Amino acid sequence: MFKSIINKLFPDRASLMAFLTLAAVLLVVIPLFCDSFRLNMAAKYLSLAFGAIGLVICWGYGGILSLGQAAFWGVGGYCMAAFLKLEAARNIAQEQGSDQIKALTTVGLPDFMDWNQVTELPHIWYPFKSFPLTMICLLVVPGLIAYLLGTAIFKRRVNGVYFAIITQALCWLMEILFVTSQGLTGGINGITDLRTCLGWDIRTDSAYGALYFLTAILLLGCILLSKRVLHSKMGKILVAIRDMEDRVRFSGYDVSNFKIFAFAFAAVISAIGGAMFSLNVGFMSPKLVTIEPSIYMVIFCALGGRRSLIGAVYGTLIVCLGRTFLSEEFPELWMFIMGGIFILTTVVCSDGLAGLVEQHGDRILKFIKKHTRFHTWFAPLLPRLTPKKEQP
Amino acid sequence: MSLKEYVLAIENLTVSFDGFKAVDDVSLYLELGKVHVIIGPNGAGKTTLLDLVCGKTKPTAGSIQFGKYELTTMAEQQIVQKGVGRKFQTPSIYPALSVYENLEVSYPRGRGVWGALAFKSDKQLVERIEEVARMIYLDDRLDVQGDLLSHGQKQWLEIGMLLMSDPRLLMLDEPVAGMSVSERDKTADLLRKICKDRSVLVIEHDMKFTRDIAHHVTVLHQGKLLAEGSMDDIESNEKVIEVYLGH
Repeated sequence: MFKSIINKLFPDRASLMAFLTLAAVLLVVIPLFCDSFRLNMAAKYLSLAFGAIGLVICWGYGGILSLGQAAFWGVGGYCMAAFLKLEAARNIAQEQGSDQIKALTTVGLPDFMDWNQVTELPHIWYPFKSFPLTMICLLVVPGLIAYLLGTAIFKRRVNGVYFAIITQALCWLMEILFVTSQGLTGGINGITDLRTCLGWDIRTDSAYGALYFLTAILLLGCILLSKRVLHSKMGKILVAIRDMEDRVRFSGYDVSNFKIFAFAFAAVISAIGGAMFSLNVGFMSPKLVTIEPSIYMVIFCALGGRRSLIGAVYGTLIVCLGRTFLSEEFPELWMFIMGGIFILTTVVCSDGLAGLVEQHGDRILKFIKKHTRFHTWFAPLLPRLTPKKEQP
Repeated sequence: MSLKEYVLAIENLTVSFDGFKAVDDVSLYLELGKVHVIIGPNGAGKTTLLDLVCGKTKPTAGSIQFGKYELTTMAEQQIVQKGVGRKFQTPSIYPALSVYENLEVSYPRGRGVWGALAFKSDKQLVERIEEVARMIYLDDRLDVQGDLLSHGQKQWLEIGMLLMSDPRLLMLDEPVAGMSVSERDKTADLLRKICKDRSVLVIEHDMKFTRDIAHHVTVLHQGKLLAEGSMDDIESNEKVIEVYLGH
């Protein structure tokens, strides 16, 4: 049973090894070498990686370039933030010595609503009173938006660059919507000052650690789920549509339904990441649902290899690390460096890092074996990759 | 004439692009078990005729009756599901998938989104793939990736992909273009084999190949039907010699 599931998700040994290596990096190596501040930062990066994974499915496999992945990512984030904000508002109302605040504000209402003369909780916020309903909303709402938009676009056979432009417009719309409806969304500031989740303080060092692991495990879970989808007939049809859409249509498939599925699935995966971001960072802002983070996600995905779920995670980590460290040292250069990385990836190896590893994996392995003794430690674990040498 | 005897009955079909009639008042009847070939000079409307049957282009007037179905109002995938298969002029296979996967994706089960997610391979499918692969001379190439096949093999693979759904009407747009002589002969054998329980409509330029396979030939010229009949009738037809075959 267990073995057949493994075989289904990992048709060859190399893909299993790649997944286990990623799991080891995320669950062992990073926590070993990072203090809680850095760990929280890594969790922030990993939250963005969900968007990149979504892009692997709809862009790498389905050939649908979405330049608006952050819109869905952000809606997920806003749903989570709305729940946390209501909880924070309830907590403040119960705090001792807050009589003065209570006298001036509506008890239990998020602070920004007060500032905007909203005196009663808007109906749209009602689901966020309950944790399970919030979970459902943060998955269903982005999925539904993607489904409706996808239906409107793909049924009319709008494709390629036109589709990409529409997704950009979606981002722009989202930002305007979140900025202008201040009383509902906190406007340009977003939803800030999130403190606890179900009574658990999310700003402590131990919470940072736990949330990091939760993010990493969810990310690995999403990779497995995506692998399940991509290794089913669905994945083959998506590849077929990407390369030869007409042939698929004239083989009796309604191509638009498959594109809608890929787009909505990617949206839901992205939304999970947005929700984790709100938890990890403690705020959500309209600057995060818009064009810039969407483009970042495309770059993560391109650098990691747009046909590799695992590559997308590495791509995200590398670009985010680069942004953090290089933009501190050379703030004005960073944008050029990032542009350069993107162009270089597109021109030199269109399959990104994953493509490089696939092509030169054997040589890299040989190099490592020659210059280090790592393989001797792992040799018992990897009998086929590193055959034991006969001792003379 | 009773329609029931024919697999496909095209009647008074016309399509006009901004006033230019690419297909002009064409009527055509296809019988079961027969290979029907359409020939004609460039721009005669041959490919447009196939586009009309498979729903890629919508006609301005006329009807296309396939069994009891009227195809002119149906969407492409519905037409395919009713049993019409069409091969494109340039080989259209999935280059990133193996021969096996190319055939698997073409199998008429799990065509919906949820069906595709829950799709499980079974003995019946494997047997069908092996059977079709043998027919199209690719049974020892099942694991080869699509774009590594030769041009001729790609053409066969596409025919195989159509056969997976066992269509009642098979339409082939220049199936032997770019093939070697031996590949051509094998393709002719293949067509003779597969036309037994279906009707096959072929567009062709190659007169020798047409002679090999055709039970019935139709000549199109400038969107209009110029002549039809057996290959011998066509080759002795004065009008056809004038516009197409040459003296």
